[in-house]
Amino acid sequence: MADLTQSDGVLSATTSRQRPRIKLRHIADHAILMAGALLMVFPVVLVLMTTSFSDADIAKHGLQLGFEGNMLENFEAAMFEASGFTKTITGTRMLMNSMILGLGFAIGKIVISMMAAYAIVYFRLRFATFAFWIIFTTLLLPLEVRILPSYEAIQSLGLANTYTGLIVPLIASATGTFFFRQFFRSIPEELVEAARIDGAGPVKFFIDILVPLSRTMIAAIFIIMFVYGWNQYLWPTLITTDEGLFTLVRGIKQIVQVLSQTGAMIPEYGKALALSLIAMIPPVLIVIFFQSWFVKGLTESDK
Amino acid sequence: MKRAGFTTVWLPVALLLPQLMIIAIFFYWPAAWAVQSSFYLQDPFGFGSTFVGVENYTDLMTNSEYGKVARFTLIYTVLVTFFSLALALLLAVKADKVIRGAKSYRTLLMWVYAIAPPVAGFLGLMFFDQRNGPLTEMFQFFGWEFRLGADFNSTATAMVIVAVWKQIPVNFIFFLSGLQSIPKAVREAALIDNRSATGRFWDVTFPLLAPTAFFLLIINITYALFDTFGIVDTLVRSEPGNNPVTLVYKVFVDGFRGNDLGGSSAQSVILMILVLVLTVFQFRLIERRIHYT
Amino acid sequence: MAQVTLDRVRKTYPNGHDAVHPCSVEIPDGELVVLVGPSGCGKSTLLRMIAGLEDITDGALSIGTEVVNDRDPADRNIAMVFQNYALYPHMSVAKNMGYGLKNRGASKSEIEAKVQEAARILNLGDYLDRRPSQLSGGQRQRVAMGRAIVRDPELFLFDEPLSNLDAKLRNQMRIEIRALQQRLGVTSVYVTHDQVEAMTMADRIIVLNEGRVEQIGTPTEIYEHPASTFVAGFMGAPPMNLMLAQIANGGLMLGGDTRLPFAAPAVATDTVLVGFRPEDVRLGGDGATMLQVEIIEELGAHRLLHGKLGDQAFSLSVGKDEAAALGPQPITLPQDRIHFFHPERGTRI
Repeated sequence: MADLTQSDGVLSATTSRQRPRIKLRHIADHAILMAGALLMVFPVVLVLMTTSFSDADIAKHGLQLGFEGNMLENFEAAMFEASGFTKTITGTRMLMNSMILGLGFAIGKIVISMMAAYAIVYFRLRFATFAFWIIFTTLLLPLEVRILPSYEAIQSLGLANTYTGLIVPLIASATGTFFFRQFFRSIPEELVEAARIDGAGPVKFFIDILVPLSRTMIAAIFIIMFVYGWNQYLWPTLITTDEGLFTLVRGIKQIVQVLSQTGAMIPEYGKALALSLIAMIPPVLIVIFFQSWFVKGLTESDK
Repeated sequence: MKRAGFTTVWLPVALLLPQLMIIAIFFYWPAAWAVQSSFYLQDPFGFGSTFVGVENYTDLMTNSEYGKVARFTLIYTVLVTFFSLALALLLAVKADKVIRGAKSYRTLLMWVYAIAPPVAGFLGLMFFDQRNGPLTEMFQFFGWEFRLGADFNSTATAMVIVAVWKQIPVNFIFFLSGLQSIPKAVREAALIDNRSATGRFWDVTFPLLAPTAFFLLIINITYALFDTFGIVDTLVRSEPGNNPVTLVYKVFVDGFRGNDLGGSSAQSVILMILVLVLTVFQFRLIERRIHYT
Repeated sequence: MAQVTLDRVRKTYPNGHDAVHPCSVEIPDGELVVLVGPSGCGKSTLLRMIAGLEDITDGALSIGTEVVNDRDPADRNIAMVFQNYALYPHMSVAKNMGYGLKNRGASKSEIEAKVQEAARILNLGDYLDRRPSQLSGGQRQRVAMGRAIVRDPELFLFDEPLSNLDAKLRNQMRIEIRALQQRLGVTSVYVTHDQVEAMTMADRIIVLNEGRVEQIGTPTEIYEHPASTFVAGFMGAPPMNLMLAQIANGGLMLGGDTRLPFAAPAVATDTVLVGFRPEDVRLGGDGATMLQVEIIEELGAHRLLHGKLGDQAFSLSVGKDEAAALGPQPITLPQDRIHFFHPERGTRI
């Protein structure tokens, strides 16, 4: 007992001696974090501010601090004014296409990979391991590496300039399957045994028990996949030449080309910047509002 | 496989079929096609092709342009990986320490994850604008004639900065979750054993974080190699010209613009092998990571 | 209600490992049989074979009068309580208990009535709408029991149901489960590695070791007449003292010139294993047998004395009121409490 009090005393003495130093270090910690946060936030804030200036101002001075009155106008132009080569595509249309790509990809991927993972984990299937390796190998090659042949495949299937051609090839990788496989394996064995004793067959078990149990996981992977789909660039660039199918991110390429043209006209800087912001907003909001799911999905899927 | 798995046969086959079909059509077929066409020379007008063996590969090896791109890709990858990991680690260590405002910092430091690479590249275009970009002006203030799109080093610098900025959030999230999974008892033991905070970090925290760091190393290399395509494409305004580009970008340019199917396929195959090596490496690390914890 | 018959039931895994050697047991209607043994002895495998969660390689398993080898677990009319309870985490207590009935196509009102009844028996009435995560360990255990009893099974299967509870709750639930089982009169098979649970709950005990049945008997039979050194060592704490004695001139000699005051049994070997339960040995005596006491463990209700008899380790248990001291102490080994085992095979002589 005497020993305990003594060591207590030593501990508290050390902490009190260190206290002033710790406070100073606290300030340094916060300063570094604030600098980091500023580094992340400032560029986008600056762009947002600049959208309140007129095209002529931006052309002359570039990105600017402060607020002028043109923001609404610029965003309105970005959303509703037709642009592009054929003057048919509006921001709203691109937003819709981005939504279709993001949602279609996320939902398609979740459905397909959950089914596959269920088959691999919960069935006594002779070729389950083989199937797993066939699927798993796809993790090895990102789409960027096999872009040309994938493009050829889509062309010969007549799927260029279709939503199917846009979405389905992106699903051809195992990230989701791998993720759900890991998760299913972590579910206690006894649960499926209890369900079997309770008379649940494979379909019932999947719908009554596995899917409800996976809700958080589904939400987490949905966020990751939605952002991934929404942010696709190379594939949409190749596969959609019809402007009616352009997504916001795909539209960036167009914007860059328009701004790069050196003509007599002042490029529509305000509109372009507004469009780039619109391209960020939905995925950014999802990531911020569903932060804990998002972090869980990212760190637990390990990819 | 679970001990007491279901024994139905048709159901799992039906469940696997969609995934297997998609990867057969959009993965195995294209990959096989790429390997095959890397041994052929395509007629530029699309009239058939001739078997040339490994000529496409030997051409690449002797091609100084390809060597230049490969060298740049290497340097670019090293720089992007190093800076995004180092900055993220610093921020994660600090964010793990502070109590007040921890959640806000976390949000502010990770939301950029959601920005698409080409959108980040577009922001880069504005910041490095030749006439009035704020960062161009800053470089000029320090006496560097920064010219994005015209000067090789300028464009390369812009690419690295944008790519690092875009990648910090992912690394930050992983480092932070790695730090938070270090048991409290271990930290407390270190607190008793080592007076210096820096010493504690390098002797205890960092080794425990090493598996995460190794894992992120691979992720970042893959990112720099492949996922920055959008950044590169935007910053060079789709006009490679004299600008630095990465290997993946060259596959794209040669295949789609240059119509050099064989050469582009050979480059694809080389990249495939590179990814394969990286993945095998990563897999061994993950295995070790499991043993570690 | 039904009797359960295992007729040379055997389990061999595809990799050739024999998890359960041919095993024949008959469990009469209403009896609670405990499968006990160290981990990896095959007791859980045997239970899971009865449940239908594990294929039976060979032999016949009957519940009632029917062979059920090839029946699905759901069609065997059994209920099982798992070690980690295996409650469905996303369902309420009521839903958890009713899920099996629902799958059998029972009507809503029937499920409701049965769940209410089970909740009443198990004092779960107030918790029916809660999720498993909102319950304590003991309550979860009760829900798992409830899920088993709403099904009106012919056979209860328990897979180490108490091992996740703390000691106090374990003792309480042990009594509750036994009382419930006797009240419902349902034939039960109960797996545990805890010999106290086995002794206190069982009508009969089956001791398993490395996939083989070592002994089947009532708790008293198992304790008083262990069929092998394995059973003797496994049941009872501290375990039975086993000493290897040389047979010389019809007498029993331990190393260090200690002679045991008994006649040797008639065996062909020149050594024999002599066993005494620690509580069967008494302190005091004529001084013919001396125990060198080295450690005294104070357990409150009684004391354990550990030391050497001749050159062999020996423990004895004495009441708290008996004087105990270190150093050489005279002890008495009662003739009628002696056990002899074969020195190599370990079987009882």
